Amino acid sequence: MQVNNEFKPTIVAFCCNWCSYAGADLAGTNRAAYPADVKIIRVPCSCRVNPMFILRAFQRGADGVILCGCHPGDCHYTSGNYYARRRMTMLFSMLDYLGIERERTRVEWVSAAEGAKFAATMNEFVATVTKLGENKRLEDLRCKN
Amino acid sequence: MQELMKKRAVELLSTGNVDRVIGWKRGEFAYDCTPAVFTDAKDLWENFVYDDFSAPNLSKYLVAECKKGGKMAVFLKPCDTYSFNQLQKEHRIKRELIYVIGIECNGKADVDKIKVKGVDGIIGIATEGANFVVETIYGNETMPKYEVMAERCLTCKSKKHMVYDELIGETGDVNPDSGRFDMVAKLEAMTPDERFAFWRGELSRCIRCNACRNVCPACTCEQCVFDNPNSGIQQKVAVTSFEENMFHIIRAYHVAGRCTDCGECSRVCPQSIPLHLLNRKFIKDMNELYGEYQAGEDTTSRAPLTNYTLDDCEPSIVHERGGKA
Amino acid sequence: MQKIGVFVCWCGSNIAATVDVKRVAEALSHENGVVYSTDYQYMCSEAGQNMIKDAIKTHGLTGVVVCSCSPRMHENTFRKACSLAGINPYMVEIANIREQCSWIHKDMVQATAKAIILGKAAIAKVHLNAPLTAGTSPVKKRALVIGGGIAGIQTALDIADAGFEVDIVEKKPTIGGKMSQIDKTFPTLDCAACILTPKMVDVAQNELINIYSYSEVSAVTGFVGNFTVTIKKKARYVKEDVCTGCGLCTEKCPQKKVPNEFNLGMDNRRAIYIPFAQAVPKVATIDPEYCTKLKTGKCGVCEKICTAKAIDYNQKDEFIEREYGAIVVATGFNPIDLKDFDEYAYSQSPDVVTSLEFERITNAAGPTAGKLLRPSDGKHPHTIVFVQCVGSRDTSGCGKPYCSKICCMYTAKHAMLTREKYPDTEVYVFYIDVRTPGKSFDEFYRRAVEEYGVHYIKGMVGKVAPEGDKLMVQASDLLAGEQLNIAADMVVLAAAIEPDKSARPLATMLTASMDTNDFFTEAHPKLRPVESPTAGVFLSGACQGPKDIPETVSQASAAASKVIGLLVKDHLTCNPCVAESNELMCNGCSSCEKVCPYGAITYIDKEFRMPDRTTLVRRVASVNPAVCQGCGACTVACPSGAMDLKGFSNNQIMAEVDAICK
Repeated sequence: MQVNNEFKPTIVAFCCNWCSYAGADLAGTNRAAYPADVKIIRVPCSCRVNPMFILRAFQRGADGVILCGCHPGDCHYTSGNYYARRRMTMLFSMLDYLGIERERTRVEWVSAAEGAKFAATMNEFVATVTKLGENKRLEDLRCKN
Repeated sequence: MQELMKKRAVELLSTGNVDRVIGWKRGEFAYDCTPAVFTDAKDLWENFVYDDFSAPNLSKYLVAECKKGGKMAVFLKPCDTYSFNQLQKEHRIKRELIYVIGIECNGKADVDKIKVKGVDGIIGIATEGANFVVETIYGNETMPKYEVMAERCLTCKSKKHMVYDELIGETGDVNPDSGRFDMVAKLEAMTPDERFAFWRGELSRCIRCNACRNVCPACTCEQCVFDNPNSGIQQKVAVTSFEENMFHIIRAYHVAGRCTDCGECSRVCPQSIPLHLLNRKFIKDMNELYGEYQAGEDTTSRAPLTNYTLDDCEPSIVHERGGKA
Repeated sequence: MQKIGVFVCWCGSNIAATVDVKRVAEALSHENGVVYSTDYQYMCSEAGQNMIKDAIKTHGLTGVVVCSCSPRMHENTFRKACSLAGINPYMVEIANIREQCSWIHKDMVQATAKAIILGKAAIAKVHLNAPLTAGTSPVKKRALVIGGGIAGIQTALDIADAGFEVDIVEKKPTIGGKMSQIDKTFPTLDCAACILTPKMVDVAQNELINIYSYSEVSAVTGFVGNFTVTIKKKARYVKEDVCTGCGLCTEKCPQKKVPNEFNLGMDNRRAIYIPFAQAVPKVATIDPEYCTKLKTGKCGVCEKICTAKAIDYNQKDEFIEREYGAIVVATGFNPIDLKDFDEYAYSQSPDVVTSLEFERITNAAGPTAGKLLRPSDGKHPHTIVFVQCVGSRDTSGCGKPYCSKICCMYTAKHAMLTREKYPDTEVYVFYIDVRTPGKSFDEFYRRAVEEYGVHYIKGMVGKVAPEGDKLMVQASDLLAGEQLNIAADMVVLAAAIEPDKSARPLATMLTASMDTNDFFTEAHPKLRPVESPTAGVFLSGACQGPKDIPETVSQASAAASKVIGLLVKDHLTCNPCVAESNELMCNGCSSCEKVCPYGAITYIDKEFRMPDRTTLVRRVASVNPAVCQGCGACTVACPSGAMDLKGFSNNQIMAEVDAICK
């Protein structure tokens, strides 16, 4: 929904249920504002996020995708975020290798107590993606209105 | 070499030690050396081929053959033995059914490179020292090996067999200075725009024939996600540039840590897309970030993506160390 | 096709002030499958819940989307309401339009637009939701405690006290563990045997506790509530139920030259032995490595003199299979091997001893009957040097990177007791730091320094060199900045402690995870410190990390209370959002199994009927829903997409992605 002609990015944020989703809730409780462009999808753990989901988001027109999970060492399932860390490193590196702007993807560890960090991260990420502009390199033309 | 192999294969078949031999035979053209399953000694004696065009990696064919049961013998070049180990690690083949004959390999010829030299009517090939002698209907053409050898053979990572029950010819050494990551490094040094242009140029040629997937020894899924209507990402053809990217990224990701860098994907690509550069990127990254790892070196180790250490690098390393901004 | 009802909550003005709830309800009513859409002031109130229940009945809803506060707040409330109205609780999805929308956005247009998108994502997900039923599994009401030290003893006693059967498996011939070798305990200085042995007797007399001594766990299968454990009962060549423990055989056995492990090899025992006087069970054991009869067939003295006829030279190892609902690991610790620390001359001089050996030397039941005498010549030492952190806090690679925690306190104890009994002995303690956090610990250490005149010197000992009957200790005093040379009579090394070697193979059997030092990891380092990440496996004592006795006992009791909490249940309710493998697509490649932190995935050979009427046996993954915790690590490791997670399936998440991005 474009209010005026300024570019409003679409940002998908995958948040793990135990830390980051709770951190996002805390940001809300503390009224720590961040742009409405960010939409959160709840997953049980950062290790649930398949690289396929991220590509899918870009395909359907996302301009940035961020994955938030518990800090390394604090995973509710003990090791999930360690796997996620390797998987995302590999995926991001591959996207970068294909020439897709590396700033469009990010992983951030946000604990349930870090509401302020969650909001700050989202603000910063939205600003970065807005500056990059529309995602043109990894989109499916048929999915654009 | 070919005679030794044929003799041994016939021996194994006729003594009943195995009931099938997996090797190569001629295809439509002399340079179309295709995998073949021989059950008959006479057929084998007449049609078995092993020469500088016998490039196909036979390991993958064992997946289907093992399902049929019975004992079989297979000829594996050094690089094929890596695939063999990887398949064994993933329980895709039954080691006890297979008699592995390791064979020496000194690099295979790339017929496209030969043709580019204007050589036509090819009916055979032989090695003479550092040269290939290409037999044609117009006579013999001699050319230096390094000029027409397949790229994957020029950057051969290992001439050492990782597994064999018996050996014909010699087994060599692992070559740590193969230079197989040079091209990846070159791409990494480009700007993102240059890289994007490079890959668009390559991947836009993809016709989604699935040859790369069908030949890949790591792609042995019962049903590929791209063929599965319930996977949510089923694709039969790549309609937009996104789908061209998507297919190759997901395929490279699915084989990451399992790919032995056998190079079959690039060999069979009818559009000559250097697909191995995607796999090698993952291999190079994993080696650099998580320690040296060679898939197929053994049958027990954990691949980098099914493993972790507490102090792994963060994904932001991609931003920090990446090529030019 | 689902029939979906959408319920948009105002949350008073919390949501309604920044989100146009009427517009959201209206916009979502046009979504595919939505047959009813409304808004209300407080959806979570009884009236709000009744609205949902009524709508389910009148409109025949099959799925419900509530646009409200965070699911962490009221997901359960709405699930319960829906299940009361007859639809499966897992057919409910929450769109979080309060914490993640109205509270963080000020612009009503933007917030409303976002709320609509979040609602659409939830609707898209509900379309793919399937009714899920939480399975149950029965609980075997018996616990297994592995390790019979103070940790295992305390855990077993507490569990038995609650009325449950407990088996203790101890690899040594007696329970008691390290504490039985200790002389006195800090900071109260009461004698270890005086407080431990009554507990050992309690264990022996408790009808609910069964001790498998001289036994080891050899296999574990099953999962929480339903473990099957194979226990290997090693042949001790003495009938346990017949032996009276009179000890006559241990005096008459002609093989006298067996190093006595209870006294750490500082004296000898016979080939048939009872480790110490208060051993439980008090039964003799024949050491097959030294017994002449077992080795050559000649001798048989013990059999001849045993009036109870308990000796059985033909005994064989026995394997016992038992079922348990819960397993407690209490495998404890050992001091490290000092072979890499030869600068302290441990292998060169018998007068360089470890702290545990020093315990035995000062113990009345030890090799010197409690007199402080040098092992080399039996003379009374006049200068003793204690070296702390031998292998602890060592990042050089020789030792352990962690602090062994107990050494500061026991060294203070040794120093104090030495000075008290033998005031003519000079005592030096070399330390990196003195760490005394614990009730009455610092006071104890101060007493050693101030009342007993122990010389505490900050600095490390560089070298110990035997010279004649002296040990030349070269050290540096960091505070005074000078080199010291002390001619000592004895040197005592506070060796680092490490997990028992049996822990690593045990962890593999239990699929319980370990850290890089082979200590078991907890399910959560702060909030679940006595549970392992593997459901039904609990941790007690030093197997989880270095601990002193009071800490070990409190952790042991904590583990027991967790076990009791599990065993009182007749059935366990499982989390229905678990992984599931589509066997038709599974390759059996074992990728998923490798990333599962719970060992919930096993492989089975399954017969498939092929189109041509033949059968094919393929290896496929099988998830145990009672063990799976639903993290989803396996779903991404699976290249074929055969593994999926119920409640958070690939298609559900992609539907959400699509709804958000469109």
